[in-house]
Amino acid sequence: MNRTSYPLYFTAAALAVYTVFFVLPGVMGIFYSFTDWNSYTDEINFIGFKNLAGIFSLEDRYLGFIRNTIVFTVATVVLKTVLGLLFAILLNEGIRFKGFHRVMLFMPAIVPMLVVGLIFKSILHPATGLLNETLRAIGLDFLAQKWLTDLNWAFKSIIAVDTWKGVGYIMVIILAGLQSIDRTYYEAASIDGANFWQRLLKITIPLIVPALVVTTVLNLLHGLKVFEVVYVLTNGGPGYATDVMYTAIFKEFSKGNYGMGTALSSVLFVVMTVLGYFVIRLMSREGHEQ
Amino acid sequence: MKTKHLLSLLRNLVAWGLSAIMFIPLLLVVINSLKTRAEADAMDMRLPSSLQWSNFAVVIEEGKLVQSFFNSLLYAVGAMVGSVLLASLAAYVLSRRRTRLNRALYFYLIMGIAMPTNFVTLMKVMQWTHLVNTQTGIILMMTASAIPFSVFLIYGFVSSVPRELDESGIVDGCTPVRLFFSVVFPLLTPVLVTVAILNFMGAWSDFIHPLYFLNSSEKWPMTLAVYNFFGRFEVYWNLVSADIVLTTLPVIAIYLLGQRFIISGMMSGSVKG
Repeated sequence: MNRTSYPLYFTAAALAVYTVFFVLPGVMGIFYSFTDWNSYTDEINFIGFKNLAGIFSLEDRYLGFIRNTIVFTVATVVLKTVLGLLFAILLNEGIRFKGFHRVMLFMPAIVPMLVVGLIFKSILHPATGLLNETLRAIGLDFLAQKWLTDLNWAFKSIIAVDTWKGVGYIMVIILAGLQSIDRTYYEAASIDGANFWQRLLKITIPLIVPALVVTTVLNLLHGLKVFEVVYVLTNGGPGYATDVMYTAIFKEFSKGNYGMGTALSSVLFVVMTVLGYFVIRLMSREGHEQ
Repeated sequence: MKTKHLLSLLRNLVAWGLSAIMFIPLLLVVINSLKTRAEADAMDMRLPSSLQWSNFAVVIEEGKLVQSFFNSLLYAVGAMVGSVLLASLAAYVLSRRRTRLNRALYFYLIMGIAMPTNFVTLMKVMQWTHLVNTQTGIILMMTASAIPFSVFLIYGFVSSVPRELDESGIVDGCTPVRLFFSVVFPLLTPVLVTVAILNFMGAWSDFIHPLYFLNSSEKWPMTLAVYNFFGRFEVYWNLVSADIVLTTLPVIAIYLLGQRFIISGMMSGSVKG
């Protein structure tokens, strides 16, 4: 009965579209990484490990893109998790208008990243931007910076903007975790005279580990795939100081260096697929238990 | 007692401060979209002396926004319908018949949650299928990238629909297609609404697919149109702001209407364990 009532052809369309437009390019990419595929000639030649050697050589700037991507990912994972947890605790209870505050904090998460980038391009403008204007108005002139063009600040600004956008989303997930904690734990703890930090470290955090795992995974995948925020805010500048994997790939693509672009993309593909294998196994196991 | 009061006041203040930090950048754009060019030059929070509604008219005309709006709508609705339909069909069968093969297929589908897209070779695939610079191509790519997470969400929900209903449908002589569309599909509504909203918003906000694959401006969605408008009119922040408002308004509206579904969608998977 099973076989006829739940026919496998129901899955065919999803599998086909997903395979052709999503998996196939990834797998093909590994093959094309070993070629000199470019836009100037129709001929594609095998060049072995030349592209990959270029990516991992110290002379070229490619390693910098990998480093930037890792720095961005680690920084945003840590910032969003810590801030998201703090905001969630703040807005969990004992505060007025918490519904309103939650909506406000979540709002940036739904605004398109491109739009967020454009807004902050204005806010972070050194001369007329809202941030520097405000700093000058309250007499903190010395804090005003060239946020997006100063080598010391550009990448930090990008990380800050991404955190601004993403922290509300993380907060909402953690809030759900917080609300599933039985209140009697806290009552028992307060009878025993536990202070805020003890309650946080001994009750709250251990009990929201599942939520923290999910937020970490989401942030990790988001961070490694970052593109728009960098593309709009600095487009990798000053120089190549803030380029990440996906902006570098787009630049190679625009220049017609398809072989190099796809080699960079494949490095990301292999790393994320291996990483994803373990994460997804965890997720699908949870599904089976249900 | 007194310190407790003070602490509570402090917490409320911090909450208001945070809300302000999140909201001011958005408000800034709305305010400046109604200013004259000179007023918007500084991009500050001063209110406009008179409301320049004409900015919106200028933007719609100059930025060819009517066209872009309908393009965005087409892509978002297309990707939404495509991903909901394909993902629910697949998730339903994979969840109901958990054979070894089906578990492997499910795993293969949701692996896409982690995999990054290789846009360079995707171009090659688009050339083979003759879909470069076509609207169908964009919809198919957006659908493909939305399938993994959609399957994941729907798969979990299917197990909560009682099998007895399927069985009674089968006894009554439903064909598999009929069984799915008249019995199971309606019962999946809650999760399908969530998936639909998430995928609509995702496709509406998508910038990278159009950037790579659409070179004729009459096919641009709002995001790409805004970006190019910004490139041409960088000094007219009032117009850029108006453009941003028009791009963002639909997603904000959908968010406020479908808030319940969005949050529940984001939560599934996170609080299961």
